[in-house]
Amino acid sequence: MLAKTGIPTVEQVCQVSPSQERLAAGPVAVIECFQEIPCNPCWEACAKGAILGMDDMNNIPQLDLDKCNGCGTCALKCPGLAIFIIDSSYSSTEAVVRLPYEFYPLPEVDEEVIGLNRAGEKLGKFKVIKVQKGGKQNKTALIWIAVPHELAMELRNIRIERVVNVG
Amino acid sequence: MRETEVLVVGGGPAGMVAAIEAAERGAKVVLTERDDRLGGQLIKQTHKFFGSQKQYAGSRGIDISKLLEEKLSNNPNIEILTETTVLGIYEDGVVTMEGANKHLKLKPKRTILATGASEKFLPFANNDLPGIYGAGAVQTLMNVYGVTPGQRVLMVGAGNIGLIVSYQLMQSGVEVAAIIDAAPKIGGYLVHASKIRRAGVPIFTSHTILNAYGQEFVEGAIVASLDDKWQPILGTEKDLAVDVICLAVGLSPLTELCWQAGCEMKYIPEFGGYVPRKNEFLETTVPGVYVCGDAGGVEEASAAMVEGRVAGISVAASLGFGLNIVQDLEAALKDLDQLRSGPAGEKILKGLEKLFARGKQHVS
Repeated sequence: MLAKTGIPTVEQVCQVSPSQERLAAGPVAVIECFQEIPCNPCWEACAKGAILGMDDMNNIPQLDLDKCNGCGTCALKCPGLAIFIIDSSYSSTEAVVRLPYEFYPLPEVDEEVIGLNRAGEKLGKFKVIKVQKGGKQNKTALIWIAVPHELAMELRNIRIERVVNVG
Repeated sequence: MRETEVLVVGGGPAGMVAAIEAAERGAKVVLTERDDRLGGQLIKQTHKFFGSQKQYAGSRGIDISKLLEEKLSNNPNIEILTETTVLGIYEDGVVTMEGANKHLKLKPKRTILATGASEKFLPFANNDLPGIYGAGAVQTLMNVYGVTPGQRVLMVGAGNIGLIVSYQLMQSGVEVAAIIDAAPKIGGYLVHASKIRRAGVPIFTSHTILNAYGQEFVEGAIVASLDDKWQPILGTEKDLAVDVICLAVGLSPLTELCWQAGCEMKYIPEFGGYVPRKNEFLETTVPGVYVCGDAGGVEEASAAMVEGRVAGISVAASLGFGLNIVQDLEAALKDLDQLRSGPAGEKILKGLEKLFARGKQHVS
């Protein structure tokens, strides 16, 4: 249970998962924010007005899936790093997960990194297809990872393991 | 005797904002800070803040500190005294302080106490071994001086500080073996917990530390599960090999000056200890003495900054400064209400209810 382990339950993830049709239609935000806390930068950031229900900043953001174009501004802004962008239209075999990342060094494009699920368990090795820097002020980066479709709602973090040549 | 209109004691988020708000309305302000720089805990906060834009949400604490410092130094009404420790508040209103090896005396018309909070400690066997730190010390080492405290850390406390410092340790390349908390649920924001968990760090709720061990320094810790009466369950002990134990088990308001000034004090567990009674404009029971931020009750930095606004506007108003005082004050109080209105603010509201138990007072 989330409040004991930090891992959202399957039901919680289902609640915020876009339909297969919406996923196939192109990039979309998945907001994994399950607790009412006083926070609204996602809503303030969205130029499309796709984040709803934030007239009280303690509310949990609701996403208008039709208005969201998956631009990723909210994912870069979210102080909780709780927003991910899923693009299932990437290819017939792969989707792209864009995840917020705040560790240095940043991965490089085409680098193979270890993919982790919400519990921090390894899912395998996956390729970085883009590193979107968040800017000087914001600093949070969005890392674009290509994954098989069935892992698009599973992969939520990466770990970089580089072989260091000593001597 | 040197005089000033407003003295603000403490250059953290609450004190900085209070000084700016009072000075922008025309009051002459002296801001004292015992450290060699302003910012208080903000200078160690590398994470992005929650709240809304008005409370600088989405900005990192360290950047908020720079922004406030700029506002302070650009305001000719503000005099900043760093490395200056306030020593006493006397009956005749004289405040004494030590700074630059000199004993200074100042007579302010209004005093805002924004002295912050100190960390609580935890009793367990061998808790005096080198390698056992408060979370604030770990943050100071890493984020102010660029020194990591060790290789592998046990974090005690899953409140926001425990979660945030764990994340900062990981960002610094330090391994976090586990985060434990005696409570059955994670106390901090769950989004913080989730981002740490998905990096592979386990969070054990209903767990306590039984003892630390090691010869010259910490070499490990024994932790155990707690039953529903918060008693360790025999046979559930786990041995964690760590060289750092970091304690993030809560804060207590720093209220020595409130006591000395003769403020009526009340014990409010939700606020972390004794705090001065105050009215909604943050004036204590001693006329002219105000309190804001953690000194008046431990809360988030966002709330401390809004309290600073309330206190700064209130003192300006009481001195006859400001044009849209009522409007400004109402707006600040509304922001404070909004921050506290959700489930995350329940504890604070409960504390305030106890504090105001004898009915609200009003600024004359």
